[in-house]
This record gives sequence, C-alpha cells and structure tokens, in this order.
Amino acid sequence: MTAVFLDLVATAKPTLPDVAVFAVAAAIILAGAVGVVVARNPVHSALMLVMTLFGVAVMFVLQQASFLAAVQVIVYAGAIVVLFLFVIMFLGVDREEDIAKEPLRGQRPLAVALVLLGLTGLLLLGQVSKWTTGQSSVSGSNTGAPNVNLLGKALYTTYLFPFEATSALLIIAVVGAVVLARRPPATGSDGGSGEIAGTTGVVDGAPADADPTIPADATAAATTTATGTEDAGVDA
Amino acid sequence: MSITVGWYLGLSVVLFSIGAVGVLVRRNVLIMFMCVELMLNAANLAFVSFARTLHDIGGQVLVFFVLVVAAAEVVVGLGIVVAIFRRRASANADDLHLMKG
Repeated sequence: MTAVFLDLVATAKPTLPDVAVFAVAAAIILAGAVGVVVARNPVHSALMLVMTLFGVAVMFVLQQASFLAAVQVIVYAGAIVVLFLFVIMFLGVDREEDIAKEPLRGQRPLAVALVLLGLTGLLLLGQVSKWTTGQSSVSGSNTGAPNVNLLGKALYTTYLFPFEATSALLIIAVVGAVVLARRPPATGSDGGSGEIAGTTGVVDGAPADADPTIPADATAAATTTATGTEDAGVDA
Repeated sequence: MSITVGWYLGLSVVLFSIGAVGVLVRRNVLIMFMCVELMLNAANLAFVSFARTLHDIGGQVLVFFVLVVAAAEVVVGLGIVVAIFRRRASANADDLHLMKG
C-alpha cells in the first residue's frame, strides 16, 4: 500500500504553480536563513528570521497543513520574534557587531567544513535510500476532513497525555522565566531600591539599574507610578 | 500532484545546516538562539513533509509539540540572557567562560 502510494507520488508530474510556489518559498527560506547567520545587527537577524518563518508557513500551506501555517505565523512570527526583538532592544545590544573578528583561530572554517560534510552525507543518504518507509496512516489519516478537525481529534485522543505534558512544560517555563528575571533580594549597597525593583519586575527595574546616580527615593517613586518610570527612563 | 517529498526534505536539510553553521560560528547569544529556531523549523518542515507523504496526522501533531517546546525554550533562554546581561553587560558567548557569576 505504502509502496504503491510512494510510486504514485514519484511518477505524478507536479503542476507549474506548485513548482513556482515551491521555488519562490524555498528561495525566501534560504535567503532569510543566510541573512540570520551573516547579519551584523541582531535586529536585522530577527527580521530575516521572520522572512524564513513566513517561507516555512508557505511550505505548510503547500502540504495541506493550513492550521499549522496559521500557528506558525501567529506564534513564531508574532510572538517569539517579538520576544527576541524585545530582549534585543531591552538589553541595548542592537549595535553592529564586528563579525570579521575571530576569537578562536580556525574555528569558523572548521565549523563550515563539518556542517558541509554532514550536509553532503545526508543528501547522499537520501539519494541511495528511500526517504520514507513504513506503514501509512498509523495515527490517523491527514485527509478526508478539515485540517483543524483532524489535528484536534488526534491531539485530544491519541496524543492526550503528551498534550497535558506540554501544559506542565509551559507552566514550568513561565515559573522559570519569572525566577530568572527576578532581581536577587540583596544586591550591593542599594538594598532598598533593589527590593522594590525586584517586586515590580524586570522592566521597572531597568532605569534604576541603568543610572546609579538617581537617588533611592526617586527610584522608588519611579517604580511605583507608571509615568514616573518613563520620566526616569528619559533622564537615564 | 504536488512536489515530491524529497525536495522538501532536501530543503529541510539545507535549512538545518545553515542553522547549525550559525550556532557554531556566531558569538552573539541572541543570534545563536535564532539559529536554533532555524534548526527547529527545519525539523518542523521535515515532520510536515512526512505527514503528507505517509498520510498520517501524527507528524503535524508533533510540529505542534515542537512549537510549544520552542516557545518554552525561548522564554527560559532569554530569561537566562537577561540575567547574565545584568551581571556582565555583554551578550557575547565568549565572555562567559567563568562559572562565577
């Protein structure tokens, strides 16, 4: 059954729009990926990442995974990249980086050679062996109903336990992020302002940390009122 | 009929390799994270290709889980980057060669 299906896929000719969409999306994906690696400015890297993620979403649509394409755009391009950009701007590391400087001598050509070796190995392996083997539709077919229905049914029946495990994972990640972003209770001499900044969160603590010349009571006032925080940030 | 699965998997392999080069070559921790995202996306592309070829919804469900894990990884990773930056004022991986914070 599987072999028959694979032969059917292999022999059928792809139509011109399919080839065109695939080629354009592949070019977008690869250009974006190279851009992420070679861009000097981290902000440019993040924008190139958005380009790649959109290309991958097009690939998902091309393979009848329309729900995943929507999730890809909303979660990846919408949430994760915005988180990246937020941290880049928050840390102020959006300046150009000298990528010509090489701290470890010979590390860069070695890395490229190693990855090229693995790449050619994988592609050769794909040439000499079957890409896909095994039984088809083990956990349910992916056609015959709307994509969302099939995905939801599989998620809440076959994959119910992993689904619950991911909810636990997300809770742990949230708690971990809060613990990591909290300021330690006693940092140095300015214990009072540090405590206030620690309770109000990482964004409010930033102006107090950036300019130590602001007196502690002014920082406390700044962190208690939203407008005060903006004023302190402008002053800093 | 659409493009054969081999093309998708080849593209996925190339995308994964570019991401791996980025992780190995770049020094900025944030860009290394973005390259990890590239590698995860390559895996997602391969999963969806196999799901279509084998007529199996399981591949798409796995992409769903990869998305969740990627989100958790980014949240905790960026939290670590912010915590390190607060102490050292640097996002360079080569500066982090001491265990002492």
